[in-house]
Amino acid sequence: MPSTEAPTAPPAAPPARPTPRRRRRGPGAAPYVLIVPALAVLLAGLGYPLFWQAVTSLQEFGLAQQFGQPPTFVGLDNYARIFSDERLWAVVVRSILFCLVNAFATVGIGVLLALLMKAVHPAIRIVLQIGLLLAWAMPMVAAVTVWKWLFDWRTGVINWVLVQMGFDRYEGHTWLAQPLSFFFVATVIIVWMSVPFVALSVYAALTQVSDEVLEAARIDGAGPTRIFWHITLPLVRPVLSIVLLLQIIWDLRVFAQIRLLQDAGAPVSETNLLGNFIFELGIGRQDFAGAAAVSIFVLALTVLISWPYVRNLLKEDA
Amino acid sequence: MSATVAAPATPAPPSAGARGTDARAPLTGARVARRVRGVLLGLLAVVIALLWAFPVYWMVLSSLLPNARLRSTTPTFFPTGATLGNYRSVLSGDSFTSALGMSLAITGLTVVAVLVFAFFAALAISRFRFRGRLTFVVAVLFVQMLPAEGLFIAQYRMLSSANLLNSVVGVSILYTAAVVPFTIWMLRGFVAGVPIELEEAAMVDGLSRTKAFLRITFPLLAPGLVASGVYAFLQAWNEFTVALVALPAESARTLPLWLRSFLASSASRGVDWGEVMAASTLIAVPVIVFFLLVQGRMTSGLVSGAVKG
Repeated sequence: MPSTEAPTAPPAAPPARPTPRRRRRGPGAAPYVLIVPALAVLLAGLGYPLFWQAVTSLQEFGLAQQFGQPPTFVGLDNYARIFSDERLWAVVVRSILFCLVNAFATVGIGVLLALLMKAVHPAIRIVLQIGLLLAWAMPMVAAVTVWKWLFDWRTGVINWVLVQMGFDRYEGHTWLAQPLSFFFVATVIIVWMSVPFVALSVYAALTQVSDEVLEAARIDGAGPTRIFWHITLPLVRPVLSIVLLLQIIWDLRVFAQIRLLQDAGAPVSETNLLGNFIFELGIGRQDFAGAAAVSIFVLALTVLISWPYVRNLLKEDA
Repeated sequence: MSATVAAPATPAPPSAGARGTDARAPLTGARVARRVRGVLLGLLAVVIALLWAFPVYWMVLSSLLPNARLRSTTPTFFPTGATLGNYRSVLSGDSFTSALGMSLAITGLTVVAVLVFAFFAALAISRFRFRGRLTFVVAVLFVQMLPAEGLFIAQYRMLSSANLLNSVVGVSILYTAAVVPFTIWMLRGFVAGVPIELEEAAMVDGLSRTKAFLRITFPLLAPGLVASGVYAFLQAWNEFTVALVALPAESARTLPLWLRSFLASSASRGVDWGEVMAASTLIAVPVIVFFLLVQGRMTSGLVSGAVKG
């Protein structure tokens, strides 16, 4: 659209590209002054650590460096060392599996609860929403603590209920001692904490589906299942995909819940996820170069997965 | 299959066809079925609501029961014989007060810094078009996705070389950096929602630009600022991961770290769940209250990219 060729374009070409709304004095320095504080804190809190991490991941950072020797540049050695370690791959596979199971379970249950909210009487819907909001509002550390109490091997109410139901082998069952049941407990906690956000977001989207459309489909003879798959689902799909994406991003970074559950004496090396692995490498073993390399890998993975979400948000930024 | 009735000529799909024709008497069977289904769904919803809220209830309930009752093999489900003894013993130690002080200082500093910084930045990106604006917006959106778990070792090293480990300022910088991106985005929506014409009208009436902004736009942004402030409060108050690396000293613990160590020290003498639940309740209650106040705004902020309008 070079403006010199304007005459050839027959339709009343508006003279200029849509001009920015505020133009009268030109922006001048004002916007830059306004973003300086935010920019400064972002650079200090995230930018510099990111830079340090990228540099460190390319350096030898052993004991000698701890005592003040200048680090030496070793190229991709740290990455080679870390990625040839099969423990890392075990953690990566475990993290991805855990993330996918949690994300899909959360979104699946969330959608079902959203549909349930749509189907029931408004008074009952409010009861359900309050139940969900209470869970959502719980601070994470308090929530994990309560769940540890619920799953307590000796006097926990979950073992008690299972025994009452006739499963006698749950008498004194220690949930957190074996990796598989450890991750089951972690999944229960994370799904419990995350479903409310999904359910309420999807419910909000469902209320946007117009009744006329549904009525029309019904008159045309579509059954509830067909209406769901062919009308409701496509209409809430944008929300669903965003929510699923966020859930995947969030579940990939699960660290604290695992860390807190490990306190109860779980086998640490078999229950570590990526964040825990980095923590152990960096804080535990002071292998900062290795920890930096794994961190860069995690960040790259996150940016990759986040891209569709960010692009979607940008669309909103007219 | 929907009813024993003589089916209409068209093979109506089960149950859905009933709606248009429910004036006809023979269909009452289908209507009863629908009513029953409604009641069952309602029951299911109530049961799920109770199950979902149960851990919260259990926390408060256990916090009110003496340890002897919690130790018994049969759980107590209702608060008979409730006492505040657990709260008294939690509050009698000075570790809670020191953690509370730490949490309040960090949270307060973070909330103020986030509000000021994010508000300025939101003004910049929604009221001005400037060179580098898009880069800034994209950077903000990406940065908010970065997991603390991918950065905390570097942040730990940075704070330790700047002598800011265990300090309020150090953690507050990290928290502000973590929360500011989302709040910029949230406030941007609020600022953009106040039409610039309002301000311009006030300027035509003789106010200076600054005055027009302060008198007209700013009051309209109050709800947005409140929501952002509460969001920052919740994030800083609940944060565990960064605190774990940035506040290693016992004396510098925030409430979440304190709760963890409270459980650990209780575990060494066979956990006193009553006290631990009292401690959890003390941390959770202010959060739940604040959360319920802003919940709507936060949901819509997160998915607004997807929900049109």
